[in-house]
Amino acid sequence: MKILVCISNVPDTTTKIKFAEGNRSIDTTGIQWVINPWDELSLTRALELKDDVGSGIKSVTVVHVGPATSEPTIRKALAIGADDAIRINAESSDAWFVAAQIAEVVKKEKFDIIMCGIESSDYNGSAVGGMIAEFLEIPSVSAVSGIKFENGQPVMTREIDGGKEVVTVSVPFVAIVQKGIAKEPRIAAMRGIMMARSKPVKLIEPYSVEPLTQIVVFEKPAPRAACKYIDAENPAGLIDLLQNEAKVI
Amino acid sequence: MSVLVYTENWDGKFKKLSFELVSYATGVAKMLSTSVTAVSIGKVDAAELGKLGNYGAEKIISVNNDHLNSLDSQAYTSVISEISKQENATVIIISNNNTGKSIAPRLSVRLKAGVGSGVSRLPLDLNPFTVYKRTYSGNAFAHLVIKSDIKILTLAQNSFDLVETSNNVTIENLNVSVDGSLVKTVVRDVQKQTGKIVLTDADIVVSGGRGMKSPDNWSSLVDLATLLGAATACSRPVSDEGWRPHEEHTGQTGKIIAPNLYIAVGISGATQHLAGISSSKYIVAINTDKDAPIFEAAQYGIVGDAMKVLPKLVAAVKEMKK
Repeated sequence: MKILVCISNVPDTTTKIKFAEGNRSIDTTGIQWVINPWDELSLTRALELKDDVGSGIKSVTVVHVGPATSEPTIRKALAIGADDAIRINAESSDAWFVAAQIAEVVKKEKFDIIMCGIESSDYNGSAVGGMIAEFLEIPSVSAVSGIKFENGQPVMTREIDGGKEVVTVSVPFVAIVQKGIAKEPRIAAMRGIMMARSKPVKLIEPYSVEPLTQIVVFEKPAPRAACKYIDAENPAGLIDLLQNEAKVI
Repeated sequence: MSVLVYTENWDGKFKKLSFELVSYATGVAKMLSTSVTAVSIGKVDAAELGKLGNYGAEKIISVNNDHLNSLDSQAYTSVISEISKQENATVIIISNNNTGKSIAPRLSVRLKAGVGSGVSRLPLDLNPFTVYKRTYSGNAFAHLVIKSDIKILTLAQNSFDLVETSNNVTIENLNVSVDGSLVKTVVRDVQKQTGKIVLTDADIVVSGGRGMKSPDNWSSLVDLATLLGAATACSRPVSDEGWRPHEEHTGQTGKIIAPNLYIAVGISGATQHLAGISSSKYIVAINTDKDAPIFEAAQYGIVGDAMKVLPKLVAAVKEMKK
């Protein structure tokens, strides 16, 4: 079996977001780019599955839609342990565009399990994984917090409101993964970093798809009122404020 | 033309979330001078379905089929897309919860409809159709233009107030035929949380961080939560250490919540934590470090040791309840 892990290139999650071009875009000056946190966990789990010989996983490929400037993020994924990578050479304009590009790749090079993070930490769209599955007309399972193999069959745990379900679907499928899928992201070792340099990155030019959505302007969240402090010796004052001022208890 | 809203039920009952969705759909329908059709999948009785009318739904289509008892993203997408075509829906509204996230993107491809995910306000404009959505985990909001004829919006939880109205509502039971062999999701086991308030539904959340010092110190936090009818949550280090179950982790990579009141106890307020809670209506911070970033996000703060403050708060709430 072959796994494809979709990775997105996002600003480090501690970045203070600033805008540029009259708030039409993000100011990328000084931004540290990283693999989207959920995609990193997803890659980690894919590699753990490959390490388990019983799973029958032969290879883990990463795919990314982005320009040449996102190469370092792809190399990082290879250093962590992916066997090879595919880069679709285009700006990732919206979820529809990205999913359409990745679906085209999967049509040509068969993969059995396609893994996507539940959202990207930049656009918070939660859409690419489900869209890929629908373009390919294959099953998808969302909010997957666990995946393992039993008798050669992938078994997943998905989070539902107030609980969990253990589910199976037929292969091929898209697993849209969240927290819990792997304990913590695998870190690239020196040997992995050296090996990543010679691993293949296949470059594919995008096929023509019109995005369906476009961000026209960004704004900052509304500022919050200054914090009111209550004496630690007499916290009953807090309960009074919550009851009579905020009216939330 | 109509606005279609998918209303999820839990064992035959709707939750506040479902009514928020219908209230929002009614707001959108008013802007478009059209009406709201609600879709329900699963066994829900007429009295419960009728409640959707209290928030503005004029027509309710109830689909009940044994093959649809648990969520299969493909089967649900087929049902909703067929109804959407029949109702000539131009806007489709779904929750931005786990169920919504599994349906909305598939429906988007099926109907060639752009998705605005995590919207928290009514559309800003109809021409071009512009929505207000969360980006960068709450550090920025975007005005997103959806260019397709049909638009799908997923509504952020607890972002839209309930609006009650009274109007006539018709309930239509729709018999759909579902080919069981096409339902690919097989549910082997269900583990439901019992006797606990579901974190993503809770109006009040009491959350603990590393400042709690040890998993043995949680009892006063749990007492406070119980007295307030609140759910309990925690920060990432706490769940990573195994002090609390990972289901309680709120933050960027954990659960993203928007309760009316979030009480952060011994949580410093790293960017990643704030990303999960910044949409809360009120935030209370209790922390020994007066310079902790959590105080910048909070409306009410107590600089002090959680171990000393919590028992006093518990006593004060008991006093209030007398």
